[in-house]
Amino acid sequence: MVAHKLHPDNWVDNYADYLFNYAVGRVSDAEIAKDLVQETFFAGLNSAKNYKGDAAERTWLIAILKRKVIDYYRKINSKKGKAEVRMSYSSSSSDSEGDWIEERVADPFSTLENDAIENEELGSAIFDCISKLPKKQALVFNMKTIQGISTEDICKELNINPSNLWVMIHRARTALMGCLNQNWFNI
Amino acid sequence: MISCEKAAIICNKTQYRESTFMEKLKLKFHLLMCKTCSAFTKKNTELTSICEKANLNGLSESDKVRMKQELQDKV
Repeated sequence: MVAHKLHPDNWVDNYADYLFNYAVGRVSDAEIAKDLVQETFFAGLNSAKNYKGDAAERTWLIAILKRKVIDYYRKINSKKGKAEVRMSYSSSSSDSEGDWIEERVADPFSTLENDAIENEELGSAIFDCISKLPKKQALVFNMKTIQGISTEDICKELNINPSNLWVMIHRARTALMGCLNQNWFNI
Repeated sequence: MISCEKAAIICNKTQYRESTFMEKLKLKFHLLMCKTCSAFTKKNTELTSICEKANLNGLSESDKVRMKQELQDKV
C-alpha cells in the first residue's frame, strides 16, 4: 500500500460502521449520525489532496468526523438564536424544589463516567477486530450480532443455508475471541 | 453423546438464544465431560456480554450500498 494514497472505494466497507458507532455515541440519533458519516466521506473526498499520509486513513477520517460533530452542535445552537445560556438549577419536576444543589452534584465515587469511556474504547476495539475478519464472515457477524437480524432473514438475503451460517458465525466468533484477547484484555 | 463440533454450534446458537431445550440439555451434558468445550463456552459467553456492553451500533447493508452509491457519484 502506498503511504500517500487514499482508497475512497473501500471507505464504506472499512470504516462506515466504525465512524457510525463513534457518531451515534455523540449525537445519539441514528439518522443524524448517518448523515454526519456521509458528510465526512464527502469532505474526505474533497480534501483528499491535503492528505499527507502522516496518519492512517481511519484516524484522518475520524478527525474530520469530529469537526462535523462540532459543526452540528454549533448549527443547532445557532438556530435557536441563543445569546444567553439559561440554566435551571432545579430540575423540571416540582417535587425536587427546595432541595439543596449540593445534593445533585456528581458523585465522586461514581464509576458510570469511566464505564462510558471504557465501553466506547471497547466498541472501537471490537470494530477493529471485525474489520480483520474475512468479508463474508464480518458481514454475517454484523447482521446477526449488531443488527440482530434473524437467522432466517439472513439466510434468505445472502442465499445460504442455516448450517452454513452457523459455521461462519463460529469462525467469526473464534477469530474475534483471539483478536480481542490480544487487543483488549492484554493492554 | 454429541461431538465437539456440534457442541460448539449449539453454544453459538445459545449466544443468540436460538437453541432448543433439547440442544441445551445435550450441550450441558457434553460440557460436563469436555474441558475444551467448557473453556470455549465460557469465552464465547464472555464475547457476547462484552458485545452487549459496548452497545454497538452498525449500519445496515442497504444504508452502506446507498452511501457507496452517493460516494461513487461524487468521484
